[in-house]
Amino acid sequence: MRDEATFAVKTGLAEMLKGGVIMDVVTPAQAVVAEEAGAAAVMALERVPADIRRDGGVARMSDPEMISGIQEAVSIPVMAKARIGHFVEAQVLEVLEVDYLDESEVLTPADETHHIDKWSFKVPFVCGATNLGEALRRIGEGAAMIRSKGEAGTGDIVEAVRHMRRITGEIRRLATLGADEAASAAKDIGAPLDLVRDVAEQGSLPVVLFCAGGIATPADAALMMALGAEGVFVGSGIFKSEDPPARARAIVEATTHWQDPVRVAQASRGLGTPMVSLESSKLEDEQLLAQRGW
Amino acid sequence: MSAPLIGVLALQGGFEAHERVLRRLGARTREVRVPGDLDGIEGLVLPGGESTTMTLGIAREGLGEPLGALAAAGTPILGSCAGLIMLDRDHLGLMDIRAERNAFGRQVHSFEADVPVRGIEGGPMRGVFIRAPWIAEHGPGVEILASVDGHVVAAREDGMLVVSFHAELGGDDRLHRLFLSGLRERSVVGEER
Repeated sequence: MRDEATFAVKTGLAEMLKGGVIMDVVTPAQAVVAEEAGAAAVMALERVPADIRRDGGVARMSDPEMISGIQEAVSIPVMAKARIGHFVEAQVLEVLEVDYLDESEVLTPADETHHIDKWSFKVPFVCGATNLGEALRRIGEGAAMIRSKGEAGTGDIVEAVRHMRRITGEIRRLATLGADEAASAAKDIGAPLDLVRDVAEQGSLPVVLFCAGGIATPADAALMMALGAEGVFVGSGIFKSEDPPARARAIVEATTHWQDPVRVAQASRGLGTPMVSLESSKLEDEQLLAQRGW
Repeated sequence: MSAPLIGVLALQGGFEAHERVLRRLGARTREVRVPGDLDGIEGLVLPGGESTTMTLGIAREGLGEPLGALAAAGTPILGSCAGLIMLDRDHLGLMDIRAERNAFGRQVHSFEADVPVRGIEGGPMRGVFIRAPWIAEHGPGVEILASVDGHVVAAREDGMLVVSFHAELGGDDRLHRLFLSGLRERSVVGEER
């Protein structure tokens, strides 16, 4: 018996991305640079988050032409972003056969109430989360991979750290609860009870957990791995820096060797200047992307 | 016999799932990232992941030569998915096979299926195929263990056992048992000498 698009098949690809770096790219040439630096996958999009912030306006799914160009340029998995709740953009990306779909707060949300019903798709989804309840709501909707939201396009790691610590801390807390306390915990964090029970028993999410939003250096990547991320997304951090190929290779190396400060130090040398950064605590409320979605 | 020590290549990919299965079967595991991590291991697993990422990692860490020496010494090696690709003629060149990457297609064509595997008793294995390769060509010394739609997805040559699917994700530990039994046979032969 042969079955496609089962949860094991969807989460399986995320398992294979573990310990890897997923890089934002806006052209086939950048995708090749990412692949040659050791990226485990690329995220194809028209503008990296730093440029979306700078330009303003509505950020949408990328041009299919541009996504196809990137798919032809590399053999590693190609991901793409759809707006929160925009299930037709998701359908279009599924037709293009992208390997993973990111329902992303980096794009302007299309629906303020409903996220995409991800169970109805063959393509697996990754979604952002700032806390455990949000992560489990997305998994309840069918997400097969979770990433911390962080604050994309800032080059400031503080929000990613906050989100990762919150998610892993809440998982540890759930694991200490008695069976009779699960229902109340599920109500408190607004998450499906069966998933809360599952996390309490396993002591981990039922899907792979990556980190995203604000990674600019090899040390940032290693920090997030040490805090419990199973891999990292780097958005603007690579191609908005002075020497993208060198920085890309260095972040890959630091993600593999995060437990070895000597290797992280070695990887951090001579990379030129990082991306231009924004301190996220100085941003106005409406500039905070992590608040999009629930 | 004490618990065997199995190295699991941990540059990138699904190495933790293999470690869990191996530990459940009573083996000790060690994550391999640099050549020194290979010292004293009795078997090696090359997990799934991205073959390009792994190829670059193996070159960066100088792991190619020591991995070749390990295979030449007859150390049992289990490769799944990208691990199968790593062992083929175009990569580490340790097996007489040529893997076709992403042969079953992109992720939307990934699937799970029941796969009868020669040498594994008790019915077919549940194989999870993720952007999986198949073995397009193989030399005469390669024993074919399983096929899907006429394409070779499992094979053995000397001490090396490869599958293009993920047994470690299917909750079925028979493939890892077969791999570990190869270790035991080897140590029995060694003791007789």
